[in-house]
Amino acid sequence: MRELAQGVALPLAAEVDRDHRFPEEAVSAAAEAGLLGILIPREYGGMGLDALAFALCIDELARACASTSVIVDVHTSVGSEPILLFGTEDQKRKWLPRLASGELLGAFALTEPAAGSDAASLQTSARRNGDGYVLNGTKVFITNIGHAGLYIVFARTGPGKRAAGVSAFLVPAESPGVKVGQVFKKMGLNGSPTGELVLEDVVVPMANRLGREGEGFTVAMRALDSGRIGISGQALGIGQAAVDEATALMRRRAEEQLASPHPADSLREWADLPTWWGGQGEEFWLADIATHLESARMLAYHAAWLCSRGRPFTLAASMAKLHCTDTTMQVVLDALQIAGEEGAVSGSPFERHVRDAKALQIYEGSNQVQRVVIGRQLFR
Amino acid sequence: MDFELSEEQVAIRDTIRELVQDRVAPRAAEIDEKAEYPKDIERLFAENGILSIPFPEEYGGISGSSVTICMGIEEIAKACATSSLILAVQALGSYPILVAGTEEQKKRLCPPLASGEKVAAYALSETGSGSDAAAMKTRAKRYGNEYVLNGTKQFITGGSVAGTLVVFAQTDPEANHKGISAFVLERETSPWQAPKLEHKLGIRGSPTAQLVFDDVKVPAANRLGEEGAGFKIALAVLDRSRPGIGAQALGIAEGAFDYALNYARDRKQFGQPISSFQGIQFMFADMATQIEAARHLVYLAATKVDAKAADLTKIAAMAKLFASDMAMKVTTDCVQILGGYGYISDYPVERMMRDAKITQIYEGTNQIQRVVIARSLLK
Repeated sequence: MRELAQGVALPLAAEVDRDHRFPEEAVSAAAEAGLLGILIPREYGGMGLDALAFALCIDELARACASTSVIVDVHTSVGSEPILLFGTEDQKRKWLPRLASGELLGAFALTEPAAGSDAASLQTSARRNGDGYVLNGTKVFITNIGHAGLYIVFARTGPGKRAAGVSAFLVPAESPGVKVGQVFKKMGLNGSPTGELVLEDVVVPMANRLGREGEGFTVAMRALDSGRIGISGQALGIGQAAVDEATALMRRRAEEQLASPHPADSLREWADLPTWWGGQGEEFWLADIATHLESARMLAYHAAWLCSRGRPFTLAASMAKLHCTDTTMQVVLDALQIAGEEGAVSGSPFERHVRDAKALQIYEGSNQVQRVVIGRQLFR
Repeated sequence: MDFELSEEQVAIRDTIRELVQDRVAPRAAEIDEKAEYPKDIERLFAENGILSIPFPEEYGGISGSSVTICMGIEEIAKACATSSLILAVQALGSYPILVAGTEEQKKRLCPPLASGEKVAAYALSETGSGSDAAAMKTRAKRYGNEYVLNGTKQFITGGSVAGTLVVFAQTDPEANHKGISAFVLERETSPWQAPKLEHKLGIRGSPTAQLVFDDVKVPAANRLGEEGAGFKIALAVLDRSRPGIGAQALGIAEGAFDYALNYARDRKQFGQPISSFQGIQFMFADMATQIEAARHLVYLAATKVDAKAADLTKIAAMAKLFASDMAMKVTTDCVQILGGYGYISDYPVERMMRDAKITQIYEGTNQIQRVVIARSLLK
């Protein structure tokens, strides 16, 4: 993964951000390397790895290119894993090999214009019609929009109130009535398309209902639990990239300074300080952020470890997502501050990281929702 | 990577937890108020094998694992930070012997500590030599088969009650930090004086002593390592003890958190428990997340100590830094949640806040931790 990330995704990162284009080359390379089936068992054509391996892979990708990492992350976790967890044997045989090979890119369609953090209030309808359903409604902020071959769509099947009336469906992109609405222009993650999924009288056969009728909300919440491990990995990758780049920049500046001696250098020598080093202000910053990233990394690994052992991990995953993304936001802002003007110009990785990182505090459950999840578990 | 404790560790933890609940927690407020060393708790820990945790079986102990030490410190600190220092300093004062002692020294010096007959202490700091340990003035001069020590040590935790004391002194003042050597003093044969105990903000029951050495004779057989190896030993010991301070900070924070959580469930305002307000819930969510992050960092560091990992110095400093900064923030917020009640000493959280402060200062201030971390990143 590191090879692919550094070799293919990294050289594209600035360009896909600037041109708002899908990093086709990186996603194809990941598919060829089998990395689109990380969590899918070998019998269904995947690699059969666990949540910790998944987090490490997303971390590596995000270190190179955050856009590519979110595409692969959404495909792998919320876009494919629900089939593995809730699908029938037929559904697994039919869809997982195609997702693992990258023939189909996965996507997850839960959010609606009026149902964000309050996902249980979603309005998209799934009306029973003969041996199937007819779906109508509009989903919004859908990652991989237009590039996905399969959408996992959540819709209201019954008069059941709120969460109890929601069911999950596998909706191939080529189904008649599936349309891509507006594709949004965003602050960051520009290589990852985000937009509206419009469903107009889309016929979905019974065989494509995922889980029982009314089980949809459970499917969504379970998907998001492990999705949060992926987002944590993504945050760690972006944060680490910012640290590495800031360190390299400090080193370079120090070398330039050495090339043209400064009166302060004699003082520096006298105090036995490392001669290339900018100063204790920067040194302390580096120590703090490296420490915070390490603590965030341990939370993410712990959540992944619990998940891979089949233990309850909702609380751990929410804590990991909250802490990793808040830490990374602070790290990228500080790194830009250290880089100064040269970090703020378009095309610099520093300003890109700031724009990319912000999304992580918002999607797959805003950090306010994570606090609600954590708070509820504490006061249970 | 493994996040599981062994059965043995779980058994030790449960024993300590029960003992702390029954015997330590009820004493905590009094220990703080009277600022008296809780000799009864020291004896309790000795009788129940808690003071033997820092030692491997071959030296009379039951573990020697940093993970187990940290677990013990954490459990005790949940109820009483002062009492947790009894175990923490037993480990700190013994590490020099375990890290740098010869087999003969370990076999001779450790068993009385492991049995709890004696407690240990560690004397590095001086008035003019805190973060800058190399500036120390205490002298050790060799005369035949013994050394004679002269000088004053400052802020020595447990220095007045210890039976075994590791002292760092200059054997070659010209050589700066390369002239520092380490010695083990036993009270019966090399008595030192503790003329002054400090009055402190927190950990008030833990005696913080000024120690005076006035022609104190130490057998050469009690020098640890070579002459001049003292500074290296001091740093190696701090690498190993810092996860313990992280564990102490973690325990203090957890104690305050648990108290505040229960309080928030019971306390009613505007006709409902304050725990039903989202503003309060978010404070708890943030605190729990920070505590959990600190926990994993502390136990990662302890695991690194046990594995003698190459990046031990960096991770141990991170654990101490993060956990102690976390504990300061969490205990302050817990006082906030209790409001006016949090501020008065009828409730334990103000004590915990006062106790938390020292964890940011001792065994290397958090500014020194940052220097250590940054240097290991930029090496």
